[in-house]
Amino acid sequence: MSPDAHHAAIPGLAHHFDTLEQQAETTTLGMWVFLVTEVLFFGGLFMVYTVYRSWYPTAFAAASHEMVVWAGTLNTAVLITSSLTMALAVNASQAGNRRLLLLFLVMTMALGCVFLGVKAFEYYTEFAEHHVPGAGFEFEKEYFKPAQIFFSLYFVMTGLHALHMIIGLGIMTVMLIWSYRGVITREYYSPIEISGLYWHFVDIVWIFLFPLLYLIGRHVHG
Amino acid sequence: MADHGSHRRTYYVIFGLLMLCTYLTWQVAYFDLGPFNTIAALGIAIFKATLVVLFFMHARESPRLTWAVVAGSVFWFGILIVLTMSDYLTRAWQTFG
Repeated sequence: MSPDAHHAAIPGLAHHFDTLEQQAETTTLGMWVFLVTEVLFFGGLFMVYTVYRSWYPTAFAAASHEMVVWAGTLNTAVLITSSLTMALAVNASQAGNRRLLLLFLVMTMALGCVFLGVKAFEYYTEFAEHHVPGAGFEFEKEYFKPAQIFFSLYFVMTGLHALHMIIGLGIMTVMLIWSYRGVITREYYSPIEISGLYWHFVDIVWIFLFPLLYLIGRHVHG
Repeated sequence: MADHGSHRRTYYVIFGLLMLCTYLTWQVAYFDLGPFNTIAALGIAIFKATLVVLFFMHARESPRLTWAVVAGSVFWFGILIVLTMSDYLTRAWQTFG
């Protein structure tokens, strides 16, 4: 069998790979390398947060106390559940179960939308309470300036995270179409696998954002 | 990937653990533990992230090259935090004054 005929017999195998396993390992590794750059991308913001919190610990605690803590906790649970449905989607694609794969992808996307909805409600609340840094900002006089630093970091970090969620929903839309059209098979499921890696990474970022933004002021003011 | 059923069971167990840890980190935040509030919050977050990486992201079953990349991300992030804070946290020291 000629190399061309060999490749034509295996749908989804690109011409520069020998086997589907080699292709899957390569794409997975590529996604992991991209995630390293993402770790350092968000890492810079966590770095800034660490420096300013070490400078203004009491102001950060007071500002953090203004967060809608039930919304943050709910969103943590929502994202963890979406990670479960994502892992189950990968599992269904490996088993070649198209119906379950579609169901779990839709559930993952629905949970992603719930997360963004709760986030939008929070942003609305913070605008209404004048907690957006700038001319309209209102806060206890003592912490007025450092509290704006906290809220700036809050909006940039959660905003960047929400942007990743929106991109994730876009990726999942493509995966849904590919799964529906039968591009994804028991043999060729690595697009679902690496989309899942991205989705889980975004979940991990939130796992750190939640305590650092919502919980650091709880023990001081209840 | 022969046994899809056992993988599913693992996912449900990990999901349960992650939810339990979320509840713990939320509740423990209301107690005044001094510096241990931050240590507990970050400790639980690191534990949760490790579970997600090992089981949901299949790092446990991945080739060593993937392990090297994951370790690399932690290592470089460590450099970023440790070197920067070794500057900021020691600026008030007057040893050489």
